[in-house]
Amino acid sequence: MTRSEGLTLFTAAAAFAALAALPFVTEGFYLTLAVNMALYIALCTAWTLFSGPTHLVSLATAAFFGIGTYSVAIGIEILPFPLLILCGGVAGALFAALVGAATLRVSGAYFVIFTLGLAELTRQVVAYLQTKVFGSMGLFVLTDHGEGDLFRYLLGLIAAIFLVGWLIGRARLGFAMRVIGNDEVVARHFGIEVARSKVILFMVSGAFIAMVGAIMAPRYAYIEPQSAFNPTMSFLVVIMALLGGTRRLWGPLVGVVPFTIVADFISANFPDHFNVIIGLAFLAVVYLLKDGVTGAIEQALGRRRRAASVTGEGRA
Amino acid sequence: MMIRRATLGLALGAMLIGGQAIAGSVKIGVSAPKSGPQAGAAGAVYWPTIELWAENVNKAGGIDVGGEMMTVELVEYDDKSAPEEAVKNIQRLATQDKVDFLAAPYSTGINLATAPLIAKAGYPQIVATGNLNDLEPFVQKWPNTFWLLGRATDLSTGIVGTLSEMRDAGEIGNKVALVHVADAFGLEMMAGGKPALEAAGFEIVYETSYPLGTQDLAPVISGAKEAGPDAFVAYSYPPDSFALTEQAQVQGFNAKVFYVGVGGALSGFGQRFGDAVEGVMAMGGVNPEDPAYEAFRKEHIELTGVEPDYWANPVVYASMEILKQAIERVGSLDREAVIAEIQGGTFETVIGEVSFDNNIVGQVWNVGQWHDGVFHGINAKGIEPAAEPFVKPAWPN
Repeated sequence: MTRSEGLTLFTAAAAFAALAALPFVTEGFYLTLAVNMALYIALCTAWTLFSGPTHLVSLATAAFFGIGTYSVAIGIEILPFPLLILCGGVAGALFAALVGAATLRVSGAYFVIFTLGLAELTRQVVAYLQTKVFGSMGLFVLTDHGEGDLFRYLLGLIAAIFLVGWLIGRARLGFAMRVIGNDEVVARHFGIEVARSKVILFMVSGAFIAMVGAIMAPRYAYIEPQSAFNPTMSFLVVIMALLGGTRRLWGPLVGVVPFTIVADFISANFPDHFNVIIGLAFLAVVYLLKDGVTGAIEQALGRRRRAASVTGEGRA
Repeated sequence: MMIRRATLGLALGAMLIGGQAIAGSVKIGVSAPKSGPQAGAAGAVYWPTIELWAENVNKAGGIDVGGEMMTVELVEYDDKSAPEEAVKNIQRLATQDKVDFLAAPYSTGINLATAPLIAKAGYPQIVATGNLNDLEPFVQKWPNTFWLLGRATDLSTGIVGTLSEMRDAGEIGNKVALVHVADAFGLEMMAGGKPALEAAGFEIVYETSYPLGTQDLAPVISGAKEAGPDAFVAYSYPPDSFALTEQAQVQGFNAKVFYVGVGGALSGFGQRFGDAVEGVMAMGGVNPEDPAYEAFRKEHIELTGVEPDYWANPVVYASMEILKQAIERVGSLDREAVIAEIQGGTFETVIGEVSFDNNIVGQVWNVGQWHDGVFHGINAKGIEPAAEPFVKPAWPN
């Protein structure tokens, strides 16, 4: 570990510790806003683990999220909640493995459409199973977990996602993914097992998204297919992640935080015009910030660095 | 440019004033879909009715709170049809806006998701747009929730009661064609409706389901027609309720009873089919000749420009009437006392006299039938039906 990495790690740990104290400061609206923010930070970062390096836009977020939610709904009477979060993760990973093995050969636009269909398919299958096996449409998740608990769980999960993402980036898998993302043919010539690498990453990403779903289950209180498998969520995740930029692990973070705050301001003050304003804002982002906020930051930094080196050469 | 800036300034000024509590007003928080998949339905049966209620209360001088007349001020947010947004809105209403009371959110799922927070803040939650088969565990955990649509089983089995009544009167035979939309709602209705039909001794001669959002319902109707049933029962959603009725007409499928699910009680349903709607049955209902409903209907059209339906709009209105009457009887804005009053009291509303038994309403309109262009409740629990069921005449063409 280099010194700068150590510093980053220390800063991150301090930031997480400070945030974990938030529920003691506020119990009401700001905590709820923080939970929503943490929810999307976790989702977007987990999404970026896979879609960032591979450049494959996945709209299956809702499918994994729902699987996690249902893992909790089915097991809440039997197992303790933290264990169920892990079960949700395992279920998500298994599902990703199954789906990934069959479909990651599909690329580009086909993959996008496939994942969208997948979320819908999962919803229908769960709806079917629930009536035939469980005999009712919804399942209660009645716990005593308040917003503060959910926030801490999410925070812990975000830390885990960042840690895993960082480790992958340093490992052979991360290198392989960067090569695959840039050119699959080259990657194959290198002897990289493209399909296997993709499936592993898809599983990691899917497991984390499912765990987010599991953590959020107590907030839904009543789990039914429409709310657990909400397609809007899949789209929001893509929008926020792209706003932040997917080249860096922390990219989604800088996307989600401003997005949530601005979206909240708009929906509080212009409840009747939310979609219009968000639509315009999104167009502006796509036109003005092609690589997201992180892209803009890096470009600015790069320009300064270039400027510095140019003047340096001038002196020599 | 100047004008635009001036209007913007005015708008901002109005916003600031709106954000502050006006002395002597009761603040009521409303969070429901203005966007997202549920926005269309909420825009028809929820928002205009809530606004009409506030307008009517204020026109009459306000709510009588212990002798002081307090006007109603609505604080509205869009929940985007999503639970996490709804949860945030409720938090904002409770802890930022500090509203005195809430209108219950829209749809079953969101009412359930927000219930823990609403309970924590201590507000009564009178649910007018959601129900379940299994309400007891919920009411036990959150005794501040009230269920104005009753249990889902009431709705699904209402038509069975109507069919039995008609069979016993010798008007129809024993054969039923049963179809449903393959979605949460359709399945929940089937879970109650099918066993009830079988227990009542009806023979299900045709049964099928169709996926949500299907455009082509011709095969469903032709299948049902071939089976030659006395009654056609469809647990359907608004788009398919319209499409099934249209197909039945096109194919000349004349069952003696033709019943569709949600959407059949909409005024637009009656207008769409004109004279052909005579005798069609559907989920929901009200007593359309009740003077309270007649007045409500007239005002609704005048003020909001939206024609109310014969089911959901009046129930939403009733939920707000109950809240107002409970506050007036208690004589203060004490939420705990208001909840206790709703639990035990009886209320005069646009859907008739209403009371709660263990927080679940005792009076539910289940089935209605179109007659002379008006939808009459013909099967109800705890209320006198508004009319007798009759055999549907053949389609006019």
